[in-house]
Amino acid sequence: MVIVNPNVNLGNLPTLSPDWPGGFWWHWLLFTVIIIAVVIVMIMVNVYIARRQVGRMQSRVGPNRTGPFGIFQPLADALKVLLKEGIEPASIDRLIYWLAPVVAVVPVLLIFAVIPFTDGGMLADLNIGILYVVAISSISTVGTFMAGWASNNKFSLISAMRVIAAIVSYEMPVVLSIASVLLLVGSLSMNDIVLAQQDIPFILLQPLGFVIFFIAGLAEISRSPFDLLEADSEIVAGFFTEYSGIKFVLFYLVEYGEAFFFSCLITTLFLGGWRGPALPEWLWFIVKAVLVWFVIVWLWATLPRVRIDQLMALAWKFLLPLALINLIITAIQVLALPEGSWWVMIPVNFAVTAVLILLWSKLFKLGWGRVEV
Amino acid sequence: MAIRTEPFVLNMGPVHPSTHGVYRMRATLDGEVVVDLEPVIGYLHRGVEKLAEERTYTGVIPLTDRLDYISSMSNNLAYVMAVEKLAGIKVPERAEYLRVIMAELQRICNHLIAVGSFFNDCGAYFTPFLHMYREREKIIDLFEMVSGQRLTYNYMRVGGVSQDIPEEFLPALDRFLAQMPRCIDEYDLFLKENEILLARSKGVGILTREKAINCSITGPVLRATGVKWDLRKADPYSVYDRFEFDIPTGSAGDCYDRYRVRIAEMRQSLRIIEQALKQLPSGPVRVEVPHLVRPPVGEAYAHIESPKGELAFYLVSDNSIAPYRCHIRPTSLLNLSALRDMAIGWKIADLIIIFGSIDICLGEVDR
Repeated sequence: MVIVNPNVNLGNLPTLSPDWPGGFWWHWLLFTVIIIAVVIVMIMVNVYIARRQVGRMQSRVGPNRTGPFGIFQPLADALKVLLKEGIEPASIDRLIYWLAPVVAVVPVLLIFAVIPFTDGGMLADLNIGILYVVAISSISTVGTFMAGWASNNKFSLISAMRVIAAIVSYEMPVVLSIASVLLLVGSLSMNDIVLAQQDIPFILLQPLGFVIFFIAGLAEISRSPFDLLEADSEIVAGFFTEYSGIKFVLFYLVEYGEAFFFSCLITTLFLGGWRGPALPEWLWFIVKAVLVWFVIVWLWATLPRVRIDQLMALAWKFLLPLALINLIITAIQVLALPEGSWWVMIPVNFAVTAVLILLWSKLFKLGWGRVEV
Repeated sequence: MAIRTEPFVLNMGPVHPSTHGVYRMRATLDGEVVVDLEPVIGYLHRGVEKLAEERTYTGVIPLTDRLDYISSMSNNLAYVMAVEKLAGIKVPERAEYLRVIMAELQRICNHLIAVGSFFNDCGAYFTPFLHMYREREKIIDLFEMVSGQRLTYNYMRVGGVSQDIPEEFLPALDRFLAQMPRCIDEYDLFLKENEILLARSKGVGILTREKAINCSITGPVLRATGVKWDLRKADPYSVYDRFEFDIPTGSAGDCYDRYRVRIAEMRQSLRIIEQALKQLPSGPVRVEVPHLVRPPVGEAYAHIESPKGELAFYLVSDNSIAPYRCHIRPTSLLNLSALRDMAIGWKIADLIIIFGSIDICLGEVDR
């Protein structure tokens, strides 16, 4: 199995000389370690940003005691939780209980193999990159469900059921909005998607696709206002109610890792990836990803949570039809318009977005309220 | 073939983030839908009514602080009013005004917590809650000035209040009154028209007018159903008949209306405080009452409109220094009585916000 095509253009990343002992495998190992390190560091950065930002938005200061401006707070948190006793309830399904955090965390790390941090600066430039992302990202749901089931806790079970319902529903709008981007690109490779945004980022060409992807993605990674599976005011901590110590850390890693991967994905698909003037490419990428994260945290600190039936209704009645319409419109545009006619697509697509969203929000009511029992 | 299913019983509480203390709900669920609900109370029972029989009349005041600990001032007021009625004590004017100011500040304070935690139950991650705590902090600072305490004030006394307000109190109160309307506007700006909040709370947990009256529900929960019932108007106590204010009512009796009524009541409380400050007379704040009050044989019932509803104390005296019997009409407990009917058929998430919108305090429920 070839993971890295040796001929792939690795851009500005330093590459090992070909006569290094072991060659390919050393290369592979080195870059895997680098990427995992980058991901872990970025998760810590995100945790720090989230805590400070939520603090400011809640008219308080946020953590500022550990190191300058409290930048070591995530490290301190991680250490604290790692040193905690791993409490294991008596009535759990032990094997699945132990396996669940691993099953959840591994796919999240795997996804970052295909994220282009710079031009070609990725572990593997798969020609099916985005398909790989969609496929792998769903696996960590299995881990979540395993955790909810194996904990033998009713709150966890409710959370696990919500996860399945939400992920199954939201996978579709996500994939459909990705598909309309792919129509513009004509390639599944993540790097090609960024390369195709040479003239203009896809957020301008695909405003509706962006909105759908953003909303559905928030539900996929279960961030507010769709954070039903760890709805602390309803079901305590959701699927990881019974987890502590290092297993809890892994779930925490999944949560923030997924959020970082989501912001990376949005950056790649809609915001022009590593493109940008003056600054180095990787910095542009990180800045954009952090900006997306800023918006996510902003929503988190602002919005109330939707109910499960409203969540499902939003997916099936709202996002899915709109994503389908968007896909059809994009397909027609790609077929009918000549290459590079952005000036037609931008106004048309923005108008379509506004009209469709207004129309749909008038036509459909979210949720169905009370049930006769 | 029918699949055999069994009811899913979910124990919410006594240790749960959203039961506002140690309330416990045994919810029977069908999927996410609540099909039955059994409240279990008593985890915070301290026997306040019995304890009161062992204490002097003045010594009971600290106990009342610990009933509804969110609004201690109102509890103090209801209790001392009952004792004064029992012993026939006339309270000086200035004390009456101070009591009204404190009670209305307490109402704002309580509603800030009620609305804030309601939003929290809706899932707005602590932001409205902490913004409202910012203002509550100012009220608590005011209370600290007059009583030295920040939660259990123990400020009212039989025959007045424990001490006159310090000189820094009035400027601080003026500053607060100037800021507060803007802050309330800010809360409205924040979430009043929010689509998710409307979807979550409009039409959810409807309590009909008849049901509310039959369950003897009072306070904002009753007024949200459209009943214009407020003891400050219906049976004016203290000096409430001297102020102009409206009774905000809702119409639908759902969670959203309860939240709106509370916001409107905060504005009315500000109005009352402003008027009270204008009319505030000088003079003593306390009449001379013997250290051990020994009321004549008899009984007295005094009720006030506490922030959560009608709070009343029923005292029986046998001419000793301690009440022979002290009965409390706990607002929170009675307001809870319709919870089951309001919650059945709704989902767990709704159950939480219906419960949150009633605004109870377990200290008062369990006594």
